[in-house]
Amino acid sequence: MQRIDDFEIRRKHLASLTEEELEKRFWELTEKIVDPLIDLAYNHTSPSIERSVLLRMGFDSLACKAIVDKVSEKGLLGKGAGHVVLKYAIYRQISLKEAGEELARGEGWDRLDEAMAADITEEAIRAITTAGGEAI
Amino acid sequence: MRLEKNKKLDIDEILNDLEHYRPRRHGWHWREKVENQKLGQFEYHETSKCLENSIPLPAAKYFEGIDPQPDCVITTEIASGRFEDDIRRMRMAAWHGADHIMVIRTAGQSHFDGLIEGTPEGIGGVPITRKQLRATRKALDAIEDEVGRPINFHSYVSGVAGPEVAVLFAEEGVNGAHQDPQYNVLYRNVNMVRSFVDAAVAKKIMAWADMAQIDGAHNANATARQAWKVMPELMVQHAINAMYSVKVGMKKENICLSTVPPTAPPAPALRIDLPYAVALRELFKGFKMRAQMNTKYIESSTREATVTHVLNMLISRLTSADIQSTITPDEGRNVPWHYFNVQAVDTAKQALVGMDGLREMVEIKRDGPLGDKVRELKERAVLFLEEILEVGGYFKAVEEGFFVDSGMYPERNGDGIFRKIDGGVGAGTVVERDKDYMAPVCEHFGYNNLPDWISKPCGLIDGCTLCNPGKIAYVDELDERDNVYARLEETKEIRENNLLKPEVEWFADGYVSMNLFIPAEERVAEFAAMEMARKMGLTDVEVIHKEIMQPAEGTYIELKGKVPFAIDPSKLVIPKKPEVMTEEDIRSFIKEYPVKIVAATVGEDEHSVGMREIIDIKHGGLEGFGIECHYLGTSVPIEKVVNAAIEIDADAILISTIITHADIHRINMRKLHELCVEKGIRDRVILVSGGTQVTDEMAKECGLDAGFGRGTKGIHVASFLVKALKEKI
Repeated sequence: MQRIDDFEIRRKHLASLTEEELEKRFWELTEKIVDPLIDLAYNHTSPSIERSVLLRMGFDSLACKAIVDKVSEKGLLGKGAGHVVLKYAIYRQISLKEAGEELARGEGWDRLDEAMAADITEEAIRAITTAGGEAI
Repeated sequence: MRLEKNKKLDIDEILNDLEHYRPRRHGWHWREKVENQKLGQFEYHETSKCLENSIPLPAAKYFEGIDPQPDCVITTEIASGRFEDDIRRMRMAAWHGADHIMVIRTAGQSHFDGLIEGTPEGIGGVPITRKQLRATRKALDAIEDEVGRPINFHSYVSGVAGPEVAVLFAEEGVNGAHQDPQYNVLYRNVNMVRSFVDAAVAKKIMAWADMAQIDGAHNANATARQAWKVMPELMVQHAINAMYSVKVGMKKENICLSTVPPTAPPAPALRIDLPYAVALRELFKGFKMRAQMNTKYIESSTREATVTHVLNMLISRLTSADIQSTITPDEGRNVPWHYFNVQAVDTAKQALVGMDGLREMVEIKRDGPLGDKVRELKERAVLFLEEILEVGGYFKAVEEGFFVDSGMYPERNGDGIFRKIDGGVGAGTVVERDKDYMAPVCEHFGYNNLPDWISKPCGLIDGCTLCNPGKIAYVDELDERDNVYARLEETKEIRENNLLKPEVEWFADGYVSMNLFIPAEERVAEFAAMEMARKMGLTDVEVIHKEIMQPAEGTYIELKGKVPFAIDPSKLVIPKKPEVMTEEDIRSFIKEYPVKIVAATVGEDEHSVGMREIIDIKHGGLEGFGIECHYLGTSVPIEKVVNAAIEIDADAILISTIITHADIHRINMRKLHELCVEKGIRDRVILVSGGTQVTDEMAKECGLDAGFGRGTKGIHVASFLVKALKEKI
């Protein structure tokens, strides 16, 4: 779009504002623009966000990528990749690390529907955090 | 790891056991301001704690060697593509006063959907990887101990892997980062939805790590056809990122606006840039200002860039700057070279210290044309925001090309950047979080359906890496050919045999630059200069700067080329530096054995300053040590000097010879020696010459006892005279 500088016409409603009022208006308008963007971010996720979750869980970037690629492919991104790994560990009763490694290798994805039905209970968490190198 | 001042950084030591290296701290460090700091003869009002080890400005030798450090953080951007060479440059920059080291990412990393690992070589920047960050942090930890001030390490949390990069930075002790979703959208064509959704998660992690955030608004200056017309839009961009960050949970004082004075001479720069700087600081109270230097109007002239940058810092001092960033003066011609980083840091230090306390004496006239302009800019920015809301919000505004339009808003030229909501890199990858969405980690922004019986999110996984860094997974090299070890192998011979090659960017790259004036028109001069460089033995010759002095009379050329050989320093014949006696020792000798000298500038030479510096008591010269000096003046014939020496029975004759035309300096030196022999006094009298082109070797060759060149002080000559006289006793 092309438009000549019509500042003098447009500014009429601002002309009477004090400096303070003008600045207040600036920030109120900014907030109105930003709020829906924040809501959007609050309720959505992305492959990079999910990889960042797996990184924080202690997986290396290669495993993060392999797992999230599969999670996306299976349409499970909305559940959260960390959630998927956690549920899989509970379902298999293995450590989180082992669960992630299996999924990164491409194993177990055919059983994921069952895994996602597992309950996250205090007992289940205790079991996987004390799980050793071998599957129980 | 401890550094020794006279020992080079040891890359092997840095790379050793990196897997277990942990950064010592998180978070940004602001300089500690010292009120009314007394240094040397002066009191400073805008400086911070001094460094334990540093290189002061060249003129510091006249001011007791003081090295005042401005109150604001000083940035330098270093990224040659090889981090192992960059860390050496970081050490040099830190010694000159940089405490914010910004590492540019390799071209294309912002479109890389994931993390890069190992140490591959970069183009126009460094591939940001865990290993590269950890090695650099380890080096910086040692460097900050050496200089005595924390160093802020900084890179970019942008592109399509923002959240992961933010986690990586938080884990590896990176202290600051660029983060601005608008930058991705406008300049990297990352999908706008993806960019904003990712940014919230990234910012939340940055907030946890107490990192300073710098926005990307300054890029509009660099991109718009007429950089000064995007001022209202810049305020809008700053505001959107600032507000978004605050809403995510970032502290206001960690949010830095990246602001650049938009114009440069020959525009009447300050009249345009100053009201903008004032408007911004009024509107964004409580946020921090990262004052960047202008890059848009940098050409290949390092002189021109430096002047523009000093004007930029005048604005910093007249308004405020929390971080003073620097742009290397060679940015307009190549990837910055070692010494241009250092020069830019010195330019900032010099200008800021030179303007110390300026606002106590000079103030901005807020009423009048500046105030009118400030008001106008604010109103234009408000109108911009109103129209964003009118068209349906931020995404719609981007779709309609609101941003980076070269018209001064509300003027529109229709040349802005247009992006589609379903276009760009990463389009269609964002999904809604389900009701049972869960992320069992800390500092995760957004909806998270965690069980209510846990006390913190990572309780489900026995700790996340933010709470338990021991869990961080370290990846070493993935590419066996493209890595730091392979690169070090290439220069192994030079390294292990301690050979020397000049360098500007990488170890032993061999580059030198040369300045020539060629008395020919531009194009002829350019090609003649290159031919001359090749005849001098340089390879890969390229002209890097040219300026017409006058179309017919000639052209100034700067060129670069490679030196195709290395030097073995062990085979160099380096004359020993003469030892200087203490002032007390000199004085006590003269007291016991009074010394008389005759001094003059000889031949047809009217230069008197050098000799006066050597003998005058007020310059710490020979008179000050009690030496009786008979100064005969300038343009004195050699015969007259020798006769005067005979007449007063002088112990030494000092001649100064500045003019070197037709080798007259050598002729006069020889003549002095010969005449003294002829008159039979050569055994009794010490003969010394001095001058900008004189060396000790040259003087001795001409039959004299010593020669002194540039930088000589009275004490050097006095020291020599006393030693020579002692031998005669």
